Amino acid sequence: MHAENGLRNKVFDIIINTVLIMLVIVTLYPLLYVLFASFSDSSQLVANKGFLYKPLGFSLEAYKNVFSNPGIIKGYGNTLFILIVGVTLNMFLTAIAAYVLSRRNVMWNSLFTLLIVFTMFFHGGLIPLYLVVKGVGLIDSLWATIVPFAVSTFNLIIMRTAFSAIPESLEESAKIDGANHLTILFRIILPLSKPVIAVMVLYYAVEKWNAWFYASIFLKDRDLFPLQLVLREILIANSTDSMSAGASSADQYMIGETIKYATIIVATVPILCVYPFVQKYFEKGVMIGAVKG
Amino acid sequence: MSKLAPLSGYETAANTNSFRHRFIRDFKLNRLLYFMMIPVMLYYVIFHYAPMYGAIIAFKDFSPMKGIIGSDWVGLQHFQDFFSSYYFWRILKNTVVISVYSILFMFPAPIILALLINEVRNQTFKRVVQTFSYMPYFISLVVICGMITDFTNSNGIINSLFSWLGYDGTAMLQKPGLFRPIYILSEIWQKIGWESIIYIAALAGIDQEQYEAARIDGASRLKQMLHITLPGILPTITIMFILRMGNMLNVGFEKIILLYSPVTYETADVISSFVYRKGLLEFGWSYSSAVGLFNSVINLILLISANYISRRVNKTSLW
Repeated sequence: MHAENGLRNKVFDIIINTVLIMLVIVTLYPLLYVLFASFSDSSQLVANKGFLYKPLGFSLEAYKNVFSNPGIIKGYGNTLFILIVGVTLNMFLTAIAAYVLSRRNVMWNSLFTLLIVFTMFFHGGLIPLYLVVKGVGLIDSLWATIVPFAVSTFNLIIMRTAFSAIPESLEESAKIDGANHLTILFRIILPLSKPVIAVMVLYYAVEKWNAWFYASIFLKDRDLFPLQLVLREILIANSTDSMSAGASSADQYMIGETIKYATIIVATVPILCVYPFVQKYFEKGVMIGAVKG
Repeated sequence: MSKLAPLSGYETAANTNSFRHRFIRDFKLNRLLYFMMIPVMLYYVIFHYAPMYGAIIAFKDFSPMKGIIGSDWVGLQHFQDFFSSYYFWRILKNTVVISVYSILFMFPAPIILALLINEVRNQTFKRVVQTFSYMPYFISLVVICGMITDFTNSNGIINSLFSWLGYDGTAMLQKPGLFRPIYILSEIWQKIGWESIIYIAALAGIDQEQYEAARIDGASRLKQMLHITLPGILPTITIMFILRMGNMLNVGFEKIILLYSPVTYETADVISSFVYRKGLLEFGWSYSSAVGLFNSVINLILLISANYISRRVNKTSLW
């Protein structure tokens, strides 16, 4: 009986490990392909069919083109602005709201919470939102990608739950010493909430880094395009021509192929470099979020 | 009033019964809190509730010159136009089909991955699998779609693989029949690891003594997985499922907009991509709002129903 189970367990382990190794390969290979392709010689790459195990030839041509493209540099700048200003505003408002909503003995808090949570499940729709943003005069301003998304309800609920979990007794003594709510929030609650703050910053930052859709409808001025919108033009609309200008059209096509890969690398490497270091916070964040709000 | 006062009067507030008294006391006590809340409430009023109010343009013939209030009422005209249009059945079908596919294939995938990862005994290998499986989640959607476009191209890598099997390369994104598989498979590729985290967290909370007992009874690892592990994370699965149902009609339209083209509208166009096209690209604002409102209402109904059923069936619910 036990011996039989031992054998079965071994087979079970082998199957599971094999499946997971295959999963890792399937996950990683597309990324490696992009990496190899970006360093490849464009004519060899276009002629190649099938797998890449290493760069075909070696050329930095694509990267030179990408870094000399003003759109990408400007896009990085705009994204950086949106990221820094946006996340600061996000965190400020979310922390304050989470603090207020986590207070007991405030008469209207359950009503406020209900009204806020309701917005997670019902939306006015895309067009009415567009009209509001237009109405408050944010169209064609980087603020259009920041102010209408100043608070994420989901994040607010997570943060409120985390604040509610802090023992009340810690605040009591501060109250006796004459601290007001702002002091309690900034001197007691926030220092005790570093993990949840780290998670919220990461959630907001990733959201801002990736955002393109609302930018595409609120921003018409190309100088304001965040990185992802510039990427959309290069990767989806296939307009690499401006970067390979001067070459013949056949060459442009070939160079365009490697430019696309180099663009992907340039736009993705920063976040993939940060990610392993912040991974543990993300895991923690999902778990905090899993607590029923 | 001194700064101390708001913090010391809860008992008196609680002892006064009349609503008016409680109202006044509460305001005096918590004035600073209400004051702090003003920017946040303004945000919600302007960017969430004002659009809800603005959604009444679905019942009007909205003209930017006349404004929301000044525009003429047309009643249910736009809804009737939509329900009787050629597009109605097409986008409703596409929305439902893509949603059902993602519930069928995408919803279980992270659960299965979490169960597999849970069975790995070598901690280092476990970390490696987790780290790499989360990775694609951090790549932006635009980049992911760029990669999809490139890989499925007529001379892209996926076609090259198929050509070994004697299949002739075509641009796969130009084939209406392939849009949904490409959409779903790439979704799984990007999100399976990330979405498994929540189940892995739930798995950590299962009582280990149950496994001891099962082992003594001679249950195999597979049996333990089916009879202890899976039931152990059922509440989490249920909550995730209800949330998923509430978003049933919100299929990831950003991705669809990046991937579809007029050739594939037949299978790829969903309610929200249609709203986007009609409203923002063709300026049919009222019509598009009517379609969007239809979408929101159905979503709300689905969420409430899923929550209700779940509460009745296994006592788990969002509220």
